[in-house]
Amino acid sequence: MYFDSFADFLAMGKHGFYVWSAYGISALLIGASMVLAIRGQGQVRQTLARQWRLEAMAKQQAQEKQRRQQHTEHKPEVDDESGT
Amino acid sequence: MVWQTIKRWYHMLGSPRYFYTFSSALLPWLTPIALLVFTVGIVWGLAFAPSDYQQGNSYRIIFIHVPASSGALMGYVAMGVAGLVAVVWRMKMAEVMMKAIAPFGAALAAISLATGALWGKPTWGTYWQWDARMTSMLILLFMYVGVIALQNVIRDPRQAARAAGLLAMVGVINVIIVKYSVEWVQTLHQGSTLKLVGESTINPAMKYPLLISMLGTWLLYAVNVLVRARTEVVWRERRSKWVRKLVKGGGQ
Repeated sequence: MYFDSFADFLAMGKHGFYVWSAYGISALLIGASMVLAIRGQGQVRQTLARQWRLEAMAKQQAQEKQRRQQHTEHKPEVDDESGT
Repeated sequence: MVWQTIKRWYHMLGSPRYFYTFSSALLPWLTPIALLVFTVGIVWGLAFAPSDYQQGNSYRIIFIHVPASSGALMGYVAMGVAGLVAVVWRMKMAEVMMKAIAPFGAALAAISLATGALWGKPTWGTYWQWDARMTSMLILLFMYVGVIALQNVIRDPRQAARAAGLLAMVGVINVIIVKYSVEWVQTLHQGSTLKLVGESTINPAMKYPLLISMLGTWLLYAVNVLVRARTEVVWRERRSKWVRKLVKGGGQ
């Protein structure tokens, strides 16, 4: 350790303000960029999972609708058969 | 033989899936090493290196100022090369890389400017002057911001990459200006005391922590780029089977 005491280390020989704000800003910016990078990874996964869930739901609904339509289309035929 | 190896590398790293697997294996040990090297360099510089006989302790800003500046410059060159490959050969991974390199580079350019100002005040008596080095560094920050903005403004990612790639390529000229500005014009900012070729004019007790914090910064940059590129790859390849399996399986 170059400094005699921790107080000396913090004071940086009257230049404490400049040294520590320089390192503070740097830590903030580097840290923020790292956090954003890591967060982005999770966000993309969440977005995709949600999108696929919605797609699957839409597909299911479309299938059900189709089935119901086929059902109603068949009905008159059945009636016709019974009528004759 | 060499050419073929380069070609194979190009095709391997050009495959998003290969990149994803490769970076999955690399990150778990690159990240702790980067953090360790960076911390060692900074702590050594802040607490153990001797003080400067002229500047006292304010010079300790060098241990973040120079690494950040060098990272911002190298990052820009890498982004320019990726831009060239993206524009000329339309390689997808080059587009991804260009996008991944920009944010941390912009942060480092901002750090370089901020720490430079905070170092300038006690040393030169001013936070800022329109000296060649500082002005060109400010332009570097603007170039980074411009590349990021172009990528976000244009909706189609491939078209965005072309526009951003052109800007990234043109901006490399500015990097050369930044690098040689202290030699061409003698103004406020001093020349480099750390030399790749020939003898450095910096005290070895200061040189080693500086070299270590530089290496640490570059490694952190690499980690940041890999993480961002992986995110971009997952997004762009979202229609592929392997990404579907990866995200649904919750794997890494």
